Amino acid sequence: MILELKGVTKKFGGVTAINDTTFTVNSKEIYGLIGPNGAGKTTMFNIITGNYQATEGEVLFRSEKLNGLKPHTIVRKGIARTFQNIRLFKTMTVMENVLIGFDFQANYTYLESIFRFPRFFGEEKRIRKRAMEILDYFGIAEFADTKATDLSYGQQRKVEIARALATNPALLLLDEPAAGMNPAETKELATLIRSAREDFDLTVLLIEHDMKFVNQLCDKVLVLDYGKTIFEGKPADAIQDKEVVAAYLGDFAHD
Amino acid sequence: MNIVIRKDQWINLAIIASALWFIWFASTHFDKYTVRILNNIAIFTILAVSYNLINGVTGQFSLEPNGFVAIGAYVTALLLLDGDAKEYQYDIEDPYPWVLGLQANFVWALFFAGTFSALLALTLSFPVFRVRGDYLAIVTLGFGFIIRILAINNPEITNGSLGLNDIPEFSNLYWTGGVAILAVIGILNVVNSKYGRAMKAVRDDEDAAIAMGVNTFKIKTFAFCTSAFLEGVGGGLLAALLTSISPDLFTFFFTFQLLIIIVLGGLGSTTGAIIGTVLVIGGAEWMRFLDEPMNFGLFETPAMPGMRMVVFSIILIFVMLFAREGIMGKRELTDLFKRKGKK
Repeated sequence: MILELKGVTKKFGGVTAINDTTFTVNSKEIYGLIGPNGAGKTTMFNIITGNYQATEGEVLFRSEKLNGLKPHTIVRKGIARTFQNIRLFKTMTVMENVLIGFDFQANYTYLESIFRFPRFFGEEKRIRKRAMEILDYFGIAEFADTKATDLSYGQQRKVEIARALATNPALLLLDEPAAGMNPAETKELATLIRSAREDFDLTVLLIEHDMKFVNQLCDKVLVLDYGKTIFEGKPADAIQDKEVVAAYLGDFAHD
Repeated sequence: MNIVIRKDQWINLAIIASALWFIWFASTHFDKYTVRILNNIAIFTILAVSYNLINGVTGQFSLEPNGFVAIGAYVTALLLLDGDAKEYQYDIEDPYPWVLGLQANFVWALFFAGTFSALLALTLSFPVFRVRGDYLAIVTLGFGFIIRILAINNPEITNGSLGLNDIPEFSNLYWTGGVAILAVIGILNVVNSKYGRAMKAVRDDEDAAIAMGVNTFKIKTFAFCTSAFLEGVGGGLLAALLTSISPDLFTFFFTFQLLIIIVLGGLGSTTGAIIGTVLVIGGAEWMRFLDEPMNFGLFETPAMPGMRMVVFSIILIFVMLFAREGIMGKRELTDLFKRKGKK
């Protein structure tokens, strides 16, 4: 297993956003995190990435404890993420956006960049080549010098995933990747995520509301409701589960 | 691809060569008044491009220049004045013995001025960059006031409000222009590296930058310390140009002028910062004729001191109305070439 959460609880004042959640994600798995709005899915992401600290419990990545680490350190350990609302660097080109992902992988110092040491040119060339390979993989190489925010929504999503892959992650967290996409784009995205898993040796943890997308893609899902785990297992079984249906549609039996 | 880079390099070399030629031509052919203005432009270019790095490129609203320029000016002045000259002019209090002992040549004086400013910036960045928001502006604003008050109230070191006089006039157009060229090259080299990209990323979206593994605290500190270093050096050049400095020179108005320059030129554009400097510092001098009595043929107007500031403000308002991101926006000179090439 690559990621393990043990009894994670997160409280904001009196509100318990996540309550004693335990789950493990195995290597190369595509794992879905679903649940109604306000269930604590994005909070879970923020705990894994270190933006929030868990009130209780442990987050283990490759058996290493992540609690208390700074978000940028966690990224460098191999966990990358995308955001629910696309957050590209709006004054920068597609290429520059992806190059930011290589920021900590380019080995030259500040003084070496001021005085343009040979290592600067070598490293820049290396990361530019790798960035171009990633853009090529996503089929957006032709937009390398276009301002990232000038692209269509679907392409911006791709840039965001490309940028996350540039950090060379082992675990990729996708926060509602299919949100706002039409069915054709959603299908393309599912194919892309599945092939990226093979080509980049990825484990994917994703949040999604589109159940068709989840059904197609995920090996396993965890259903959250008000911070509590109500189901873990195959996505097809989740739809049949009484409790899951109750969480989404309301509990008719008791009304 | 390689040919394009080489073409860029030729353009850069041509720009540097013509700048150097202009410096030589100006200092051998132009009159003293023009050279003085060019000296001011060169020094303010150093200050503007470095201020732009923290304020425009990294997007951290800061009001620090007057503080660091003051430090640079005082450090340089104290290092350049010899013991006798210092003893002679300290009227308020006797200077400390170690103050009399300070001595260095011009290059080292400028280097120490920059280093001292950068070290102070480093100490400021630890409390400031731990939190987000406009704290930097507040802290640096206060910092500028503190430096001025320290300069006034420590006459054993700074000669208080009388300031330091008879500083050897080492600055000339070769020095100011040369340092300005080096500063611009240095800043552009930073901006066009992974550090510059990370600075822009911090400006655009700090959370996303962190999610890309960027250590934003480190990046902001780098930008702030680089700005402070060059502002210290610029202050040193200013002291050796004016030959006398006093705390009143480094009020908030000094920072305000630089802020106008970089906003006018385009926040985040180094080219814009240079254009802004030429327009604000050079333009203010050029428009001096507006203060004098004018003859329009049919009627005459009396001398109106301050008229040029009125006209200048109107121009500023129009620039901000029609070019809201400043003259250059976030573009550089090279971007303009690229646009033309594509069409």
